[in-house]
Amino acid sequence: MTGAQPKVTLDLALDAGLTAEEYDRILSQLGREPTYAELGLFSALWSEHCAYKHSRVFLARLPQRGPHVLQGPGENAGVIDIGDGWAVVFKIESHNHPSFIEPFQGAATGVGGILRDIFTMGARPIAILDSLRFGELDNPKTLRLVNGVVSGISWYGNCFGCPTVGGEIAFAPEYAGNPLVNVMCVGLVRADQIVRARADGPGNPVFYVGNKTGRDGIHGATMASATFDEHAEERRPTVQVGDPFTEKLLLEACLEVMRTGAVVGIQDMGAAGLACCTSEMPARSGTGMDVELSRVPQRETGMTPYEILLSESQERMLLVAARGREEEVRRIFAKWELEAVEIGRVTEGGELTARLNGEVVARVPVDLLAEAPTYRKPTTEPSELAERRAFDPLTLPEPSDYGDALIDLLGSPTIASKEWAFRQYDQQVGINTVVLPGSDAAVLRVKGTRRALAVSTDGNGRQVFLDPRQGAAMAVCEAARNVCCSGAEPRGVTDCMNFGSPERPEILWQFSEAIEGISLACRALELPVVGGNVSFYNETSGQAILPTPIIGVVGVLDDASRRATQWFKGPGHRVALLGPASVSLGGSEYLWARHRRLAGRLASLDLEAERRVQRAVRAAVSAGLVTAAHDCSEGGVAVALAESCVTGCAVMGCEATLVTADRTDLALFGEGPSRVVIAVEAARVREFEGLMAESAISWRWIGTTGGERLVIRVGPKVVVDVDAGQLGRAWRSGFEAHMA
Amino acid sequence: MRFGVVVFPGTWSDCDFHYVVSEVLHQPVRYVWHRERELGQLDCVILPGGFSYGDYLRAGAVAGRSPVVEALRDFVGRGGLVLGSCNGFQILCEAGLLPGVLTRNECLQYRCQSTHLVVENVDTPFTRGLRAGQVLTMPISHGEGKYYADAETLARLKQQNLIVFRYASADGKVTKASNPNGSLDNIAGIVNPEGTVLGMMPHPERASETAMGGTDGLLMFQSLLGSLVEDGTFLKR
Repeated sequence: MTGAQPKVTLDLALDAGLTAEEYDRILSQLGREPTYAELGLFSALWSEHCAYKHSRVFLARLPQRGPHVLQGPGENAGVIDIGDGWAVVFKIESHNHPSFIEPFQGAATGVGGILRDIFTMGARPIAILDSLRFGELDNPKTLRLVNGVVSGISWYGNCFGCPTVGGEIAFAPEYAGNPLVNVMCVGLVRADQIVRARADGPGNPVFYVGNKTGRDGIHGATMASATFDEHAEERRPTVQVGDPFTEKLLLEACLEVMRTGAVVGIQDMGAAGLACCTSEMPARSGTGMDVELSRVPQRETGMTPYEILLSESQERMLLVAARGREEEVRRIFAKWELEAVEIGRVTEGGELTARLNGEVVARVPVDLLAEAPTYRKPTTEPSELAERRAFDPLTLPEPSDYGDALIDLLGSPTIASKEWAFRQYDQQVGINTVVLPGSDAAVLRVKGTRRALAVSTDGNGRQVFLDPRQGAAMAVCEAARNVCCSGAEPRGVTDCMNFGSPERPEILWQFSEAIEGISLACRALELPVVGGNVSFYNETSGQAILPTPIIGVVGVLDDASRRATQWFKGPGHRVALLGPASVSLGGSEYLWARHRRLAGRLASLDLEAERRVQRAVRAAVSAGLVTAAHDCSEGGVAVALAESCVTGCAVMGCEATLVTADRTDLALFGEGPSRVVIAVEAARVREFEGLMAESAISWRWIGTTGGERLVIRVGPKVVVDVDAGQLGRAWRSGFEAHMA
Repeated sequence: MRFGVVVFPGTWSDCDFHYVVSEVLHQPVRYVWHRERELGQLDCVILPGGFSYGDYLRAGAVAGRSPVVEALRDFVGRGGLVLGSCNGFQILCEAGLLPGVLTRNECLQYRCQSTHLVVENVDTPFTRGLRAGQVLTMPISHGEGKYYADAETLARLKQQNLIVFRYASADGKVTKASNPNGSLDNIAGIVNPEGTVLGMMPHPERASETAMGGTDGLLMFQSLLGSLVEDGTFLKR
């Protein structure tokens, strides 16, 4: 071993983010002190970000199998079969920490990272969705973050050429010190051409392809595994710098070289860079790897083995080729003007050997690196939760004018139109997007077939905060329901779990409960979780974010032409409300926006009722009976009706009558799961009624579209009578006015 | 009609144009790599949207000096048709095949949205099937689409009737509110004096199928197909 590296001590190991116990384990497993480069390997691969040390025992509870699953968790992304020989590859990932430190590049490289996860599987990315959470917009720093994140996403996605078709943006004070940037990507691949991140076949050449390696992003994985304090901005050098143009070339080169059949396996150099690929790929295949670091293309001089192994420079991949086909690989990457350098070989024996100019700088069993210790730390329900839940929102004063209350709610930044952001994103490149952003789910056709994909992301931190288990289950239900409202059958889930520090028992309790909720809902809806990401340590100076699982759902429409969108299409259509009557103001948007309260109980969730409602909506849409279908979520049925009135090209009025509740605000703005607003043309009413009768769900007609006003009665009494145009203006300006 | 779709490093509308030409128009089409210098048997060359060479210098600046664009000059000289959309329009201006320049959008942000275009010049192979004053609906998707030319050039464009499309309201009025990027005189597309080279910021390939929400882009392609005469020349009217 080389003597040029600093000597490793316990103190150095602690500085690198390892615990004393972990360091002991390394000493005993290696039977010696690690070299400095080896310490770097352990520091990165045993970080929470790479190793899921605190979450792995919980994640095992998620259902991961199903008849359509071609690839579950453990690869670059999950894969679901969609028929006609096609498969969909998708995953969601967070880039929260980098985006707080440097919003533009943080968000941009978040997009870059997830795109690579998709195309390393052999798929062409066809859609991006972003789930963003920020503090409230009265803070200039938040405005800067929103601007930076949105322009970073716009810059990277647009230049690369993948449309941004959906996602959501929500605001709450708990995210002020820790914004969330979760990016989901969806790609298409022929089911028989999926490529995996393996290093099979000792003797096969290992190629480094893509961008050169620099000193950027070193310790990115370790940075994402700690909380922030007031010095967060000093960590800017740990944020990578993106180059979407190079990524586009890398996409085309990778897909072209994969088509030749010369690729054995390939993995994105994301978190922990070369270190991660050279250990995870052979670990999956029961092989080893021997690499020469001096051959790694470098854009800076004098880089140490430690830096080369741990750099998180963007737009790079590690590719294992079939022996004898090296020239094909070189030729294709040369065509796309990218580096493709053979840096080593797959070996037998299960060891990663890294050399610098022939001299060994690290030699570690890959299983030891890939199998970090896992922990089951204690969990405790937060003591204040029972009190918060016990609060009765109906003790608060009622609004004096419900029309004004509805206008205010529709114009609150979380509910208002996000067009300000979406018009900065290319939404159509690839000419697949048949339902653009703005409906419950985006719909993308699959060219050459009659099918289409529907995609949606959802997650409500307030509901999860008050009841992590049910709140997380409701996030799964809502994302799936959104997909059903477009007419599609949900096929698979990806989840991004955003939480505070798992070392705090209260946070880990939130996490454990949320996983249980996701698991329950996914089992009830027969939805496998095929991949995802855990982002812990989302806290600054001890203030954790709202626990926020973001759920991405992908569904399939067998006939792309049989689909629905959320807005009313014309006058005289009957309007129905599907789903159970159970609603609550606890944890609702109304309670927060109007009364600044985060308290109360959630409405009860009946997963069997949810499943039936989803099936009924799908059946009605695919039978062509429905002219609009819209999920009731934030703001309750009043906001859902108002959105159906104003979110289309032309504003449309509606008259509706709701059943009485304990109070008018509960009837209008109460939130509950499993509810959908549907519009049906008069001529199809009979057929629709027949279908609903068969579906064994509770539902009723509540009104009719038409006119220029939204009129809502609760029982016999008119409580809202507002010009739809005025509602539309409030909805369109509610967010944008802050950003102008 | 034989089409070629040019692919630069960073081009992304290439597949979309290829799809529309082959699957919607059922015409022969091939990709043309940016290093090619031979455009041989093609009738119409399409320069698609994207970020050629990353557009890191100036949008279209590097591509405007590439081998295929040099070949394009001969091709145009022989009377071949060229359609540049989005980045393709930027490249044509950078190459000097069309006058003027496309600069950063006035709002300083990228814009992806539906726009209305009023047709000003129907004496080109691309527009001979349209009516003067007709309003087309097509999306834009760009960060640098604000057309600018000096007063002399603008006067010449007007005098020779070289402005083909202008951003307009749904009823065809050319207004400031309907201008999505601050283009001079709401210019969305221009043509060379011969009528054979058309540059436009909007994306006709994204408006060529009912499934994608509109077919006004297809009207341009249909004009093109109808303009081809048996001897290989093109009708303008």
